[in-house]
Amino acid sequence: MSSLSRDDVAKLAALARIEMSEEELTNLASQFGMILDAVARVQEVNLDGVVATSHPQPIVNVFRADVVLPSLTSEQALSGAPAQEEDRFRVPQILGEAE
Amino acid sequence: MIKQSAAEMAQALAKGEVTSTSLTQAHLDRIADVDPSVKAFLHVDAEGALAQAKNIDAKRSAGEKLHPLAGIPLALKDVLAQEGVPTTAGSKILQGWKPPYDSTVVTKLKAAGLVILGKTNMDEFAMGSSTENSAYGPTFNPWDLTRTPGGSSGGSAAAVSSFEAPLAIGSDTGGSIRQPAALTGIVGVRPTYGAVSRYGLIAYSSSLDQAGPIGRTVLDTAMLHDVIAGYDPKDATSVNGAFPDVIAAARSSDVKGMKIGVIKQLQGEGYQNGVQARFDESLQVLASLGAQIVEVDCPSFEFALAAYYLIAPSECSSNLARFDAMRYGLRVGDSDGASAESVMNATRNAGFGHEVKRRIILGTYALSSGYYDAYYGSAQKIRTLIIQDYAKAFAQADVLVSPTAPTTAFKIGEKSNDPIAMYLGDVATIPVNLAGICGMSLPAGLADEDQLPVGFQIMAPAMQDHRLYQVGSALEGALVDKWGGHLISKVPALGGAK
Repeated sequence: MSSLSRDDVAKLAALARIEMSEEELTNLASQFGMILDAVARVQEVNLDGVVATSHPQPIVNVFRADVVLPSLTSEQALSGAPAQEEDRFRVPQILGEAE
Repeated sequence: MIKQSAAEMAQALAKGEVTSTSLTQAHLDRIADVDPSVKAFLHVDAEGALAQAKNIDAKRSAGEKLHPLAGIPLALKDVLAQEGVPTTAGSKILQGWKPPYDSTVVTKLKAAGLVILGKTNMDEFAMGSSTENSAYGPTFNPWDLTRTPGGSSGGSAAAVSSFEAPLAIGSDTGGSIRQPAALTGIVGVRPTYGAVSRYGLIAYSSSLDQAGPIGRTVLDTAMLHDVIAGYDPKDATSVNGAFPDVIAAARSSDVKGMKIGVIKQLQGEGYQNGVQARFDESLQVLASLGAQIVEVDCPSFEFALAAYYLIAPSECSSNLARFDAMRYGLRVGDSDGASAESVMNATRNAGFGHEVKRRIILGTYALSSGYYDAYYGSAQKIRTLIIQDYAKAFAQADVLVSPTAPTTAFKIGEKSNDPIAMYLGDVATIPVNLAGICGMSLPAGLADEDQLPVGFQIMAPAMQDHRLYQVGSALEGALVDKWGGHLISKVPALGGAK
């Protein structure tokens, strides 16, 4: 039986940028073993020499001519912004005080 | 009037027996009447719908040549962007967002003159099989309001089966059109991957997602399929080729001499008795119409569910990274001095529901170094084996068939604390998505033990979508003759006395 500790889940949550409550971390850790066992069945098959499929369509390198096409105005692009300033997205502080 | 098929409504509109305005108003009245108990819609755009209806009526009276479906109302799954209309994908993280653009599907619907009544409920970001994962509460199955309509396109399926709309658009990543269609006694099609543009379809798992049509008859579904399919330069995975005539196929309904392959792995053990019985009966009907039934072996399908629940979460963990609280959607914790990262962490915690978090974490794990080859890499190879199984099976049969879902509609709450039991409901639909081919679910009758609808699934090779409609309409025609009407006519009356 696979398992993942509360701390393992906390690490994954941090990587995925989700601040989870203690209760959620514990719950997820308790379910994770069961889910991993279910998906680990992919390892039961002999896959030597089998090529991986990332995508069902045999399409590669789709290009278009490099010409300017109509696009959203800055007003439209900013229409859903949580905060804006001077026609730009206003975001919280990205760099630390010392930098 | 609202109980007619879309094809019948289209005829009445063309003959001037009814206006789009009155047809649209009748559906808005029906929504007001029954949606408080069905809860199919997240947003009803009465104003926009009536404006479009009026516009179509004016064009028709001016003698303009219109698309056959012009003026017909439709319900749109909330996963598709519609300009100026709230679009949430069933998530709190997009609450109140009004897209500044139309998805290509919406552009095509508008161009054909369809009337969009509103946005339908869904499992958050299409992750689920019951619509219970919506941040805005569940949708209820019109056949039994204590049960789920399936999912993730449960709102769209419930809207069509409760006569709130004759047509709807859903999306299908692992069965999210076919399974709710099965559980609500209607028709749903997942077109070939790349046949319908994904531009403006909020992404869950990009290599599996596909929007498609939902209707009460095979012909209605074909007519809607025809509107939304086609090459789109805005979607790099869009197929640029010849599209089959699905409407002609839905009208032909001839299966004489066709070979129909029953997939050994998708029946029997694990399938409810009444589901298996209706499936077997439909096979006999097809045989009596002159089709030849053969059994095909797809041994790798046993691992399809495991492969899906690695590939889809992996792709979603990447796709949902865009919800970062910076450019649109929810922002939480933006106080003085808070860092962008802490705002991001708090927003994603507050904005995503449990199932979405579960899949993002699983995907993050499956893609992390040290585990990548064992999980994601193996799943991608299983995908190749499934494609090979289908290729061999389609060498022996024109279409393949199975029950759509192993059970009829389950009770609200029955599986919500057991993710594995919930995932098992997708066992028969998932192989289609992994291979990028097309599939249909249509009603096969009611299960004896619970009197709930059973779905019959038809699968065809990529870009052979017309075969679904040809076989589907043949089966539908024979079953409707046998039943003395469409299965949906047996759905309980809801709401007022209309």
